[in-house]
Amino acid sequence: MIDILSYGFFFLTVALTYGIICLGLNVQWGQTGLFNVGIAGFVAIGAYVSALLTTPASTSHIGGLGLPIAAGWIGAALATALATFLIGALTIRLRSDYLAIATFGAAVAIQLCVLNLQPVTGGPFGIGFIPRPFAGLARQPFLFGAVNLAIIAAVVVVLYLGLERLASSPWGRALKAIREDEAAATALGKSAVRFRLQAFALGGAIMGLAGAAQAHFIGFIAPDNYQPTLTFQVWAMLIVGGSGNNRGAILGSVVVWGIWALSAVAISAVVPADAQARAASLQIVMIGVALCAILLWRPRGLIGEARVASRHILRPSVARRSSNSSSEH
Amino acid sequence: MTDPENLAPGAAVEGEAALRAIGVTKAFEALRAVDDMSLTLRRGEMVALIGPNGAGKTTMFNLVAGSMRPTSGRIVFGSSDVTGEGAVSRIRHGVGRTFQIPRPFAEMSVLENVLVGAQRQTGERLWMNFLSPRRVAAEERAAIDKARGLLELMTLSHLEFEPARILSGGQRKLLELARVLMADPEVLLLDEPAAGVNPALLELLIDRIVALNGAGKTILLIEHNMDMVARLCSRAVVMAAGRLLAEGTPAEIAIHPAVVSAYLGDAV
Repeated sequence: MIDILSYGFFFLTVALTYGIICLGLNVQWGQTGLFNVGIAGFVAIGAYVSALLTTPASTSHIGGLGLPIAAGWIGAALATALATFLIGALTIRLRSDYLAIATFGAAVAIQLCVLNLQPVTGGPFGIGFIPRPFAGLARQPFLFGAVNLAIIAAVVVVLYLGLERLASSPWGRALKAIREDEAAATALGKSAVRFRLQAFALGGAIMGLAGAAQAHFIGFIAPDNYQPTLTFQVWAMLIVGGSGNNRGAILGSVVVWGIWALSAVAISAVVPADAQARAASLQIVMIGVALCAILLWRPRGLIGEARVASRHILRPSVARRSSNSSSEH
Repeated sequence: MTDPENLAPGAAVEGEAALRAIGVTKAFEALRAVDDMSLTLRRGEMVALIGPNGAGKTTMFNLVAGSMRPTSGRIVFGSSDVTGEGAVSRIRHGVGRTFQIPRPFAEMSVLENVLVGAQRQTGERLWMNFLSPRRVAAEERAAIDKARGLLELMTLSHLEFEPARILSGGQRKLLELARVLMADPEVLLLDEPAAGVNPALLELLIDRIVALNGAGKTILLIEHNMDMVARLCSRAVVMAAGRLLAEGTPAEIAIHPAVVSAYLGDAV
């Protein structure tokens, strides 16, 4: 029973780190319509920045400042926000499909930099000994898993609440208006470039934070972790969960990661041992099938986008309830 | 009637000018869609911009609204030269526009569509939603009250929670008007407000436009419906081939030989 619970903690911890990336993509795509296909690159920046800030001094690469984990996570978010802002400043005026090509190119360039800048990133050998939160509990796997899950869940909750506040604010409304019709929004005084750049950088910061969180839970990072497959997984999660909806982003990450984990179990059970390495590609196929199924049956995802955003708008049912209660007093 | 040959740029009419286009030209390579066009709107008047298809009305409208930059000439609002400024700044100078084909934010609710028109809200600045939540909330509540008032004016209150995509063509025109009024513009640029609107809604729309003008709004509208122009406008400006062809009261314009010729051809 404890083993199952421990696995459950591990599963949810990993799924929720993807959930954080998904929340970042939801700001960019779901709310603003920015077609970012460079997610893996932005996650990599966060992971490497946090690793370099928090690992002990190393002879194999520069950095290793030994700072606290929290400093690494904040540094990762800020560095990725800066990187996305700079990339966005060059590319944000591009039409959506050209923005996709540009961000994909940026992600490939980042991955190649990480692979080849060996004095900084450790090159293909990556960076190890990344400190794990509450590492002192590592000898008690159940408690360690529970604490890790609690940390990542707390991060998800804080981000969710913050992003919900933004989505229901005039800032979030302007993003959606620009997504729906840029010319009309511009005629109403909303600067498309300004709002898009802010959303791009905020989404990037969240992806960087997720990269840092992943790095600290795994304890080791290498360039291969940041292949385009990661970008595909996160896109599938957002579309399955419901683009434009923060709860959908989190739900989608759990569901798709569940499909990923279950398909891995199925492959190990069905496929002969000598063919399992090649059969692992079927995991991506399974996600592709799930994506097609959702697009066919629920094109808006498991939870579609909510229509009324402002927190201060009372819907008729709520208004009626509150007027009834006031008349009763 | 004003003879365009004797028109002093930007000084076609007397009174305090709310908007002036002075010698404006917009060239697309060899084609001069608008050619040395001047136009002045006095505060509080309602003027129609008319002309046959391809006359350059919409291009002129886009130049005034900031959606296009002129190749030469100047656009002046009050005492501010806004020639080099884009569409975003126009509404801050008190000039709002609607579109020939309405452009609602289709997936947003009708009420939220109107709220997008609110200007200079503290909550449009990302961090202020966390640093000054009470101020943001107070401004938002005031904006919602105002938006609901505008929806009531446009008889769209019952649809406030519906997505804008379900609205009819006429309702979309009313929604666009409510949306731009949310910004409290001094000057309204209305691009074919009557196009595609059924007769019942058209009367409502005309009634609202007249009321807005009566409340002091300066209005420039592109319109093909001459009956509507005659009912609404004190003055009409006629364009043909990108240039000013004639200017005068709707009654004068209706019998002006050059205007009749431009609309119906030289055979008339």
